[in-house]
Amino acid sequence: MLNNSFRFTPHITLEFKIEEKDFFIAGESASRVKKTLQQLGIKQDIIKKTAIIIYEAAMNVAIHAIHGVLKVYVDPEVISVITEDVGPGIENLELAMKEGYSTAPQEILEMGFGAGMGLPNIKQCSDELVIDTKVGEGTTLKAKIYLNKNQ
Amino acid sequence: MTEYFHSVRLDFEKCKGCTNCIKRCPIEAIRVHEGKATIMQERCIDCGECIRACPNHAKISVTDTLDILNDYKYKIALPAPSFFAQFKEIENAECVLHALLNIGFDDVFEVALAAEVVGFLIHQYIQENRTKKPVFSSACPAVLRLMQIKFPDLLEHVAPVLTPMEVAARMAKEEAVKKTGLSYEDIGAFFISPCPAKVTEMRNPMNTKHSAVNGVIGVSLIYKDVIKQVIAIKTKQPEDYEKLHKATGLGMAWGYVTGESKNVDMGKALAVSGIHNVISLLEEIERGELKDVDFFELQACTGGCVGGPLNIHNLFVGRVRLRELIKKCGIQAPYFTEKQLIDLYKTGHFEATEPIRPKTIMHLDEDMSKAILKLEQVDKIAGELPGLDCGACGSPNCRALAEDIVRGVAFETDCVIKLREKVKTLAEEILDLARIVPPSMADSSKKTEEK
Repeated sequence: MLNNSFRFTPHITLEFKIEEKDFFIAGESASRVKKTLQQLGIKQDIIKKTAIIIYEAAMNVAIHAIHGVLKVYVDPEVISVITEDVGPGIENLELAMKEGYSTAPQEILEMGFGAGMGLPNIKQCSDELVIDTKVGEGTTLKAKIYLNKNQ
Repeated sequence: MTEYFHSVRLDFEKCKGCTNCIKRCPIEAIRVHEGKATIMQERCIDCGECIRACPNHAKISVTDTLDILNDYKYKIALPAPSFFAQFKEIENAECVLHALLNIGFDDVFEVALAAEVVGFLIHQYIQENRTKKPVFSSACPAVLRLMQIKFPDLLEHVAPVLTPMEVAARMAKEEAVKKTGLSYEDIGAFFISPCPAKVTEMRNPMNTKHSAVNGVIGVSLIYKDVIKQVIAIKTKQPEDYEKLHKATGLGMAWGYVTGESKNVDMGKALAVSGIHNVISLLEEIERGELKDVDFFELQACTGGCVGGPLNIHNLFVGRVRLRELIKKCGIQAPYFTEKQLIDLYKTGHFEATEPIRPKTIMHLDEDMSKAILKLEQVDKIAGELPGLDCGACGSPNCRALAEDIVRGVAFETDCVIKLREKVKTLAEEILDLARIVPPSMADSSKKTEEK
């Protein structure tokens, strides 16, 4: 009975470790995932959205956290992008979601990052977004993109 | 004609199966099997990287030859801007243009002149916000074909304007109809090309239904004939020639990278050359970076068209020569008045009529569930491969081999390291077997111990 009711969904999980101030991993992981999604035959607009979420989310971890991990889960229904980090957490999540609000330190701004567009961009690109944060401990971000919502 | 036409081909006899080309191909479109390279027709973008990489000159570009001129009553040469960089110590562009007449053409039309028109049109497009920013140049067909495969979501940003080659052919033929009274079909326009991608572009144009170009002749094919003529006439003074040179420095500079940006002259422009550099840049753009740039001039060949694989001279030498030549003869009144250019823009005469469509060829399976399972297999196999990316298996890197295995066109034992491991295990097994003594026989080593 159990065997009949359980249907295996083919899926793939990609994982990337993010170290503090590793600004390259964001772009690298976005490119890697993009290639994977192309190989799966996923539509361009979805690939583009996913790449933006990955880039911004990984960048947030690199800029603010001590270390963290990026996981991308793909099955025929949904793509989930998850970042889990150990770091300062987000003090005011409502403010952080506003365009242009940034808590990035000066040297990060000098490098051209931390413009306060990360979370707003992620929200715009995802169908579902859950952020779980504890000040002084860390943040978990889960973004979902559904693959068949237009059908 | 087959489904795919490509100018870049393999000279089967010359190929030694050395695997140099497979690692340089930006699309991973080449494999070496049974000692010979094969180009995957559905992937090739005709960029010519493999022509440069091959030490045995086994990668060639097939272009039209001068024989094609015989099919037309009136023949017009369309020299690429970079063509003029192939001649040393020339005082003006006239000698090159007249040399082309001397080898059998009835007329010439500089592609540089058409480039000035294209530059103006793109400028207007950006100014009037008629294309999504940032705008990409449409001039380099190898870059556009790369975008079709790897960056399809950026295609909507490509300027909807025909290439300078195409505009040159159309203008030249319309002029010739008026001048000669011949019918359009009797007039042939032939691009003198530094580039294999232009041959492919003429056969299968991307942003127009039919090309007005009747043939694309590689620079290397006619260079010897042309240079003889150039040497014979280059000492003449400009006033001794019938005036053919009409382009200004603005159009002539399209021969090297940054020339187009200067001509388009709109907002912040970024010019990048070399196909691998172009790929890194497009990856950045696709992630949403470089938002402040209005215009991207991207060229597959390092240095731009002067770096074309069919050119004769070193690209850096070529660029200096072209700059020198522009100083000598690039300053003259523009051939087209601003009013003429604005009219051309308003009539939309040289606009693209076809959208550039994405090409989906990278996916492992039509069915996504199957594709996921195949990808898992690819990951598993790739994880077990040595990661040397040596290319000895005939695939460009370990991951590409894993993909080829899953696609069913390669085997794990194609990997020399894997093969060696297998041989070692097998040898050990054989040794183990050899040590087993049949029960009916006495073990001689034990006997000696007992004694």
